[in-house]
Amino acid sequence: MGNVGAILQFTIDVLSLGSLYALMALGLVIIYGILRLVNFAYGELIMVAGYTLFLLHPTPLPWLIMGLLAVSVSVATAYLTERIAFRPVREQSLTAMLITSFAVSTMLQNAAMLFVSPRAKVVPLPELFTVQLTIAERIVPLRNLIAIGVSVALLALFALLLKRTILGIALRAAADRFTMTRMLGIPANLIIGTAFAISGLLAGTVALFWFGRTGSVTPEIGLWPLLVAFVSTVIGGMRSLLGAVVGGYVLALIQMAFSNFLPPALLEFRVAFVFTLVIFILLFRPEGLIRER
Amino acid sequence: MLRLEDVHARYGAIAALRGVSVDVQPGELVALIGANGAGKSTLLSTIAGIIRPHQGRIEFRNESLIGLVPERIVRRGLAMVPEDRQIFPALTVEENLRLGAYIRKNRDEYETDLERMFDLFPILKERFAQPAGTMSGGEQQQLAIARALMSHPQLLMLDEPSLGLAPKIVEQVFALIQELHNEGMTILLVEQNVSMTLGIADRAYVLNMGAVRAAGTPAELRQNVDLASVYLGGVG
Repeated sequence: MGNVGAILQFTIDVLSLGSLYALMALGLVIIYGILRLVNFAYGELIMVAGYTLFLLHPTPLPWLIMGLLAVSVSVATAYLTERIAFRPVREQSLTAMLITSFAVSTMLQNAAMLFVSPRAKVVPLPELFTVQLTIAERIVPLRNLIAIGVSVALLALFALLLKRTILGIALRAAADRFTMTRMLGIPANLIIGTAFAISGLLAGTVALFWFGRTGSVTPEIGLWPLLVAFVSTVIGGMRSLLGAVVGGYVLALIQMAFSNFLPPALLEFRVAFVFTLVIFILLFRPEGLIRER
Repeated sequence: MLRLEDVHARYGAIAALRGVSVDVQPGELVALIGANGAGKSTLLSTIAGIIRPHQGRIEFRNESLIGLVPERIVRRGLAMVPEDRQIFPALTVEENLRLGAYIRKNRDEYETDLERMFDLFPILKERFAQPAGTMSGGEQQQLAIARALMSHPQLLMLDEPSLGLAPKIVEQVFALIQELHNEGMTILLVEQNVSMTLGIADRAYVLNMGAVRAAGTPAELRQNVDLASVYLGGVG
């Protein structure tokens, strides 16, 4: 019974963490696919959701409404950074966009320090997130199961959008041949604006569960999720949406395996072990696990 | 219908077009011929709005196209089949065609248009649900042309449609272009296959080093221009 419980717990840990990584990676790769831009301001979409929750804390709003507002702020931030920061330099060069993404990231972080605080702030969480279930003699936080459920639902919805709607088909086409989609009359601004909004939706949703784990928000909170998303897309393959999802789950599997099975003396080096293994994966599959077609 | 006057454009640092003037009348099949690097593809990209000219005028149905983005130009009735076809390989044939009809809003007409495409290109019906990237080069070329036709263009621009295709398939592609022309479609065709192109074109322009070196009907060009040297880039 102990073994079954351990396997179950490990599986749930990997799936819940992997779901968050997968959503993050997807949001990064959807923009990379179209613009060839790694959006370094992506982690800040998590941060703004965190501060929205923090600022809404004193209000009597039910948490679900706070959560929806936080996600909306992520979507709005993603869309507005595209409108205000990226669109004017889009025609210039990729380097200009890349530097712009650093600038947006720094500005958002500094705004948080200036207008809120450089220190960690507590984020309100729903009661549901503190519930612990006992399954096969193991303690499993309910929020991990919710994270899996919400992520899978979001991934399914996203897949449906890409497959069934004309906008989704256009997004997939644009990821392959952006100029050609424009020559068919599909407006570049529509495609890119949609891609940014989707990346905001994904990051905002991840944020809710991310803060469920950390409990507090700081101006630099976005760095780790950005890194995780980037590494996941590199593992999975930068040019494939499916690759981003696979990469997210693989990274979570590696991370959880090291956290669980490394001897205690080495545990503090687990991040180094994770990235060493990532390097080995890339040595053998430089294009990532999922190749384009 | 389409009129270019003294168009200058750069492709990177290179002056790819140096004062090109071209004119296409309704219903005409006009060809642009010339060696590699003569500026033919640049000219089509400039008309389609991908490259911005820094001098000159481009007018389509008496309205200027200068400064319009590609997605606006196709709405004016100019469709492009670019070099290398540029089909969407991961998308199915059906999805490629749906995107071709993106600027059309009428759902009923879409079905009618599809039927027409199946008549013109029976292979597309067979491959309808298949990823476009799994088709042969000739089939992909048919898809690229069908996708462009789905937008109901007033003028169809074809960039090297015979490139990389087997000789037998090249003949089919030319037969198809002729058929479209006979149905009344106005076509601007870029080709390196000079002899076959002159076989179907109403008029042709010979481009060299980004400028028009000769123009006229196929008969005139055959008489006045050393066509063998067109391949090599030197037109006397």
